[in-house]
Amino acid sequence: MTTTHTGPAIVTRGLTRHFTSRKQTVEAVQGLDLEIGQGELVAFLGPNGAGKSTTLRMLTTLIPPTSGTASVAGHDVVTGQRDVRQAIGFVGQGNGAGHRQLGRDELISQGRAHGLSRADAHRRAGELIADLDLEAVADRKVSSLSGGQRRRLDIAMGLVHLPRVLFLDEPSTGLDPQNRINLQELIQRLHAETGSTVVLTTHYLEEADALAGRVIVVDHGRVIADDSAARLKSGLGDLVRLGFGSASDAARAAGRLSRVPDSRVDTSAETVDLRVKDGSAMVGEVLADLAADGVPPTRVEVARPTLDDVFLDLTGRSLRETQQTPEPTATEIESEVAA
Amino acid sequence: MTTFVADTLNVMNRELKPVWREPMAVVFAMIQPLVFLGLFAPLLPEMATGGSALQWFVPGIVAMTALMGASFTGSNLMEEMQSGSHERQLVSPLGRPALLVGRALKEVVPMLMQVAIIVAVVTPFSFDLHLGGVLAAALVLSLFSIGVGALSFALALASKGQDWMFWTIQQTLLFPALLTAGVLLPMDGAPQWLEIVSTLNPMTYVVDAVRALFAGTYPADVVAQGVAGAAVVAVIGLWVGVRAMRRSS
Repeated sequence: MTTTHTGPAIVTRGLTRHFTSRKQTVEAVQGLDLEIGQGELVAFLGPNGAGKSTTLRMLTTLIPPTSGTASVAGHDVVTGQRDVRQAIGFVGQGNGAGHRQLGRDELISQGRAHGLSRADAHRRAGELIADLDLEAVADRKVSSLSGGQRRRLDIAMGLVHLPRVLFLDEPSTGLDPQNRINLQELIQRLHAETGSTVVLTTHYLEEADALAGRVIVVDHGRVIADDSAARLKSGLGDLVRLGFGSASDAARAAGRLSRVPDSRVDTSAETVDLRVKDGSAMVGEVLADLAADGVPPTRVEVARPTLDDVFLDLTGRSLRETQQTPEPTATEIESEVAA
Repeated sequence: MTTFVADTLNVMNRELKPVWREPMAVVFAMIQPLVFLGLFAPLLPEMATGGSALQWFVPGIVAMTALMGASFTGSNLMEEMQSGSHERQLVSPLGRPALLVGRALKEVVPMLMQVAIIVAVVTPFSFDLHLGGVLAAALVLSLFSIGVGALSFALALASKGQDWMFWTIQQTLLFPALLTAGVLLPMDGAPQWLEIVSTLNPMTYVVDAVRALFAGTYPADVVAQGVAGAAVVAVIGLWVGVRAMRRSS
């Protein structure tokens, strides 16, 4: 916390990163223009290979941009590397704490790296160990810790110097559902307590939905949507799925439903999907209308839109499907380049 | 500059933590040189001068231990590159040169522990201990270990994501370096091409100097050449290593 900086926490202008591998150029991030204010909690959401991690690696000074600029906490990520590193906390996809080390030692060493005095580094390590419920394991070898404990230790490492901007790269990957929920609660609590800007990447829809005030949806290196999860979803409308006794009933009902304003109707065999804003409030009226017309539905389902629906709507692909065939991640491409 | 020193000390202290906590690992890491000592020493002929063959052989084993330990050390960095703690350090304010130099300096500590163990093991047998010479040799070997350690870290960084490359290159270079430095067999009477290789190997001069010093003699030219050989390895190692660390991402 060296200087006070009042502008946005993160600004990018035309931020671009290409990887060249076997004469093929992969445009991992293409002309990103972003502004993230101080104190925001932002999630980058997208399938594997979308460019989320590459963006994070540029913002944390690990790799330079191919073109464009980015500043974090008021410092340029290329010309002000050291200042950026001083200002940010980073929790990567792996384990920040060395496996052969003791957790407490790693916290102290990280504090010293950030310029804390020996006494302050010890005190701060103790605070974080207590705060993140690590007392029982802080003096054990990191390799003997469970996945959830290691993750908490990694987050503690990222918080040693009270960073103004905290980056978390897929923090919950590899955790079981219980630990994932614990982690989300922890991130929310830390965000509320410290007021730091928090930027995380995830390919878990539920996580982006539950956690972040702002969701930036990324695909093929571009931002395709940027808003609060609630607004992204409400723009899409609820899904009212109606089942009928026969395909002809379904077709008749579809004809009638097509008169609902600002809606979309899809029919497949005996099922009709009605996508409409505030569909859940409208469903009683719809049922009554269809019954009056002599085609009462035999089954009714109302689903609030998910971020997956948003992604499907934006790209024509489901986020869940894209995860079945992961594209190479940025780090994989990079190691190919290094070879 | 003061940040560089503070950062380097931070990195070195961190690297030393596992050494202090599990000193037995340092002993296990030198099993191979100890086996060589146990199996080769009984086969050695009496020296022409009538002294114990150990007097000639032990300094070579000491240099071998230094070379092996320091050349393996890159594997620790590879492990940290895989686990993610290297990445975390790259994002911290620690300077890139400090990340390399601190690691390389740490190599001196396990090397000194190993030299002490070897000397302690052989002294009850027909080995004349010249403590002053051994300490002087340890200084030369410290410089050598820093250089070899730095080269090993550079190799680890260059082998990112491909462990086999590290091990293939390390193993391919290790024994030719040992043999042409005259560690296991004297180079006297070697064919000319081998002699040329031996002259170009900086470790040759390190081993010669360590032999002279372990014998309690201080021939100025041999010692100076040994220091120069070790310094060449250290300068090249640190230069290559810092370059590799600056490029690491």
